[in-house]
Parts: sequence; C-alpha cells; structure tokens
Amino acid sequence: MSPLRICTVYPDLLGTYGDSGNGEVLAARARWRDLDVELVAARSSERLPEADLYAIGGGEDGPQVLAAERLAADGGLVEAAKRGAVILAVCAGFQVIGNRFPDAQGQLHQGLGLLDIATAKGTGPRAVGEVAVAVPTESDGGLGLPMLSGFENHGGVTTLGPGVEPLGRVAAGVGNGAGDGSEGAVAGHVLGTYLHGPVLARNAALADLLLAWATGIELEPLDDAGSEDLRRERLGRLSLS
Amino acid sequence: MRLRASVASLAVQGVNRASRLTGKGSGTVAGGRVGLKLDPKLLEDLARGRSTVLVSGTNGKTTTTALLTAALATAGPIATNATGSNMPPGHVAALVGTKASVGACLEVDEAWLPATAAATRPRAVVLLNLSRDQLDRSSEVRMLAERWRGAVASAGVVIANCDDPMVAWAASTAERVVWVAGGLEWKDDAGACPSCRGAITFDELGWRCGSCDLTRPTPTWWLDDRDAVGPSGPVSLTLELPGRFNRSNALVALAAADALGIDPEVAAHAMSSVHDVAGRFNEVVIASTPCRLMLAKNPAGWSALLNVVTEGTAPVVVAINSRTADGADPSWLFDVDFSKLQGRRVVATGDRWRDLSVRLRYAGVVHDAEADSTRAVEVAGTDGDMVEIVGNYTAFRDLLEASA
Ligand SMILES: [Zn+2]
Repeated sequence: MSPLRICTVYPDLLGTYGDSGNGEVLAARARWRDLDVELVAARSSERLPEADLYAIGGGEDGPQVLAAERLAADGGLVEAAKRGAVILAVCAGFQVIGNRFPDAQGQLHQGLGLLDIATAKGTGPRAVGEVAVAVPTESDGGLGLPMLSGFENHGGVTTLGPGVEPLGRVAAGVGNGAGDGSEGAVAGHVLGTYLHGPVLARNAALADLLLAWATGIELEPLDDAGSEDLRRERLGRLSLS
Repeated sequence: MRLRASVASLAVQGVNRASRLTGKGSGTVAGGRVGLKLDPKLLEDLARGRSTVLVSGTNGKTTTTALLTAALATAGPIATNATGSNMPPGHVAALVGTKASVGACLEVDEAWLPATAAATRPRAVVLLNLSRDQLDRSSEVRMLAERWRGAVASAGVVIANCDDPMVAWAASTAERVVWVAGGLEWKDDAGACPSCRGAITFDELGWRCGSCDLTRPTPTWWLDDRDAVGPSGPVSLTLELPGRFNRSNALVALAAADALGIDPEVAAHAMSSVHDVAGRFNEVVIASTPCRLMLAKNPAGWSALLNVVTEGTAPVVVAINSRTADGADPSWLFDVDFSKLQGRRVVATGDRWRDLSVRLRYAGVVHDAEADSTRAVEVAGTDGDMVEIVGNYTAFRDLLEASA
C-alpha cells in the first residue's frame, strides 16, 4: 500500500496563522497509529503534487489573490477534488476554494469553485477572536463532532450556496458572518472553515475525521488528554464547555 | 531652537522631575509624550544639525542598536534609546537635554521608520530584516517594505541586509547602500517578490525572483567561520552575546560603524564588551536557579533563539502568554520549529501553557508543564543545571521581575 500523502498547500503564500500546523497534526496522528505517511509542503513555485489530503491555510490579501491564480493555473487541486481527495481549507484558503472572494479593495476575484460559497468584503469591523462552533449530529445531517474551538481573524463575509452544508453554528464568535449564524462549509470531502488556531491542534476529533476520510479505515483512539484539556479550557473561557 | 521647542523640552524635563531618568538623554518616555503634545515638531528640532543613525527591522534592532552605539561611542558621546522605547516619545526622551553636537543612534519601530526618518534626516539608516510580527495586528509585510522605500531615499547611506528580499527591495531606492550578508532566519514572508509578485527562490548562492530582475545584491560584508570580512579584509569578532544571529547583528553594526568612519578593529573591540541588552540574554537567578533569560517576539525571533538554545544541552523553560502586548492569538506557535528541542529537558509554562504543551506534543518534544512560571524554572533546574528560558513579551517581563 502506498503511503498516505498529506500536502500543505503553498506555505509561502498561505500560512499566516500557523496553518502549516494542520498538516503537521494530521501527519503526526497518522504516524502515531503506525500508518505509513508522507507530509509534503508544496511551495507556490512548484507544481502541486498528487496527495490524499490537502491542507490550505490563511494569508494576507495580496498572497491570497496570487495563490488563487496559481492554483487555478496549476489545476492540480481541482483534479484532486474530482478524484475525491480530502481538502481542508482555512480562512483565506476557505475563501479561495469558493466561487469568488474580495481583495483588500473589495474587488472580487474568481475562486476555484470547489465549494459553493461566495465571499464579499464585510462592512463591519474585522472578525477577530475566539470562536466556538456547535457541529450538528450525524442524524441531523452534520459531522457529529464535539464543539469546535478556534480563533478567527477575517474581514470577509461568506454566503453559502445550495451545494454545501455549514460545518456548524457559531456559539461564540462570528464565523461566516452572513447573518445566519453559520460557520464554515462542507461538501463531500471538502471542508472549509474560518477557524485557525491551528484548528486541528485544538480539535483532535476533526483531525481524525479528515484522516478517516482520507484512509477509509477506522482509526484507533489516541490519548488526547492534553488537547482535550486545551479545547475545554478555550471553550470554558467563552463559558461554553 | 524655536521657542515652542524650548518650552516643550523644558516640559519634558519637568515631567522627569516627577518620574525617573532613563537612557543617556535626560528624558523619559512619559516626558517625551508630553513634549510631543506641546510641540509635534519637537523631534525635528532636537535632531537638527545632529549626526543621527536609525536602526530598524523586525528582529535584532535593540541588540544592533546597542552594539552600534558602543562602536560609535569610541568617537564621542552618543545618545540612544537603550530601553527599547522605539517610537517618537522614546526618541525625544533620548535626545532632550543633549547638545546637537552629540550624535544619536536610535532604534526605530518598523512602522515608524518613515516618519522618524523624515523628522531626523538621518546620516545613516540600518535595515535588518522584515517579517511578520504579532499576528493579529501586523500590517502586510510588503506594505511596510514599500513605505521603507520612501524613507531611505533621502538617507546619506543605507546599511542593508542583502539576504532579505524585502530589505533588498526597500533599500534599492537609496543613493548609497552598503550591502551586508546578515542572514535570514525566516523565509516564509519572502516567497512572493515584493516588486512583481513573482516567486522568489532561495539556494546556497542567495535568492532571486523568477519573474523580474530582483536578485540578492553582492555583499561587501559577510561572516566566515571566525571573522567578519569587510572591504579591507577580515576583522576579528568576539562577542559576549550568544548565538549566530547576534553575530549577524554585530556584522551589520560593524558595517554601519565603518560607513560612519569608525575603524572596524576599534568598533569590533568596543562591541566585544556589550553583554546585556535591555535585560535580554541576561544571566539571572530565579527561585534559586541560575538562568539565562531570553525574549522572542515573533517566529523569526523564536527560530533564532531556539538555535542559541540548541548550541548547549541545558534544560529549557518555554513561557508563553497572550496578554495585550503579546497578541491574543498564539497560533504562531505552529510557525516555530520546536522539534529542535527534542531530547532536551523542557518545561512549558505561561498563561498559554496548554497551547504550548499541545504544540510540543506534535513537535515530538517530551516535556513537563507548570502553570506557574517560577515553579517551572525550579522544576527545570532540579538537577542543579543552569536553565535556558525563552519567553514572549509579558512572560519574559514577568520572569525578569521575578529575578529582581
Ligand atoms: Zn520579481
């Protein structure tokens, strides 16, 4: 069996909030289960390699536009999505894999269209701070995860189209910011969110869900006392634990 | 001096009677603030006719300023903002009460460089590096570089680190540039060309943009294994300050001193006795444990200090807070390669010890955690070893206070 391949997408452009940590967390959690895993960082000057799981991070406005242009020209991520590869996209990366997103001046740019979402420049203050997201149970059509903890820092407002489900509902913080209380978006194995932190370090269950999608196997539980303690502490500060 | 400036200067000194004197000028930051309120052009007046050097960059500016001040002081008195107060009130405080014949060597906050250069008309500007700082309030790095271009255009000479594409691009507008191979710890803010947004590639020979002609300028100063090498040959460089990046800081200070007419051998000798920079790299005792206390404020700074720490084998305390001065979001912990600490005795502490602990786990670093930072130092020093402490801003400050 070939190794599980995890790709951190363009850390030179999209990695403002420690986002390469998501790839690192996924790789470590696979390794701890004795899975054969390979973690590659694809710089924007290179061709995007084939992988089972892609992690895309956040970035400032200029690099975000550049990343979208290069990913569109490269075509590898769109191909990967068609193949059924797992994609986690955070913050600016989340906006980039949608249909369109704004630059610093509010001018709209074409996204990759992997998620049926559209982002516009917000009119209010930037959304900055701790976030808590309640994820619906599987019987309610959700991903059935414990409440997510993260940190957001974005000025965009994201509207969900009919082709996606929200990742969850904000119990604290702003999230997508379109007035419906939604946070993030999911379609198949493509998942986008405004939570960084990095989100997978704080939310081991989400990391394992992505790994399960990518490997198709049931994963043994790990001793996550430390990250559970962190998640609860952060939620506790929002009085939500 | 204009009447308004004289009144404002007196006001600064008035505030000082109520507060304590710092630095080599006779002002305080609080006094500087009052003075600037009375006369917004006070800095301009204080700098008029003075030989002023400005030092800016994301990392190493306090250290480089201290080293360069030591070198320049061999030729006459120098006013400096040694406390690290690197915005106009600190600059005013450093200069007030000193004669215009006294030179000035001022550390300047990156964002304040354009305004400070406009006010002081510096004889030289030293540019170290430019990368992301506390994340939730940083401006875009390229935007800062753009603003630097205007700031350096009128400087007599610019001493610039050619290893940092942002700095190289910013300095290229200056009339006269001394290029120094000052190294670059952190490359992830330099992936996109500041000039054309093309991709920058790094290799052993330097860096170049794949889409335009921006490329690493050829340095006239660099480091070899032992010495600093300049236009007139090697200069022996022995420092009290630890680490490779402090050698880089010293190299840049040496090049600047040379550009300002100080003999490099004399400058190097003066710099060799600098050992404590605003409490950083200080050897202190906390909870009866001898420690070396170091401050890191951003990923590039952490990377540099972890290299210092890994030159030895001592136990390490890492302390992380997220108070206002630190930034509320510690996600940058994942920008720092903590795996360098694998195999060492490590204790995590600070308000955000849980975040740090999770970070260390994913970096494969076996460690202990203690919420109380003094206790963490005690635990790390159980076997009587000297302890290396690296903390972010308020964590560092609290431990420095605990050592008093
Ligand atoms: Zn270019």
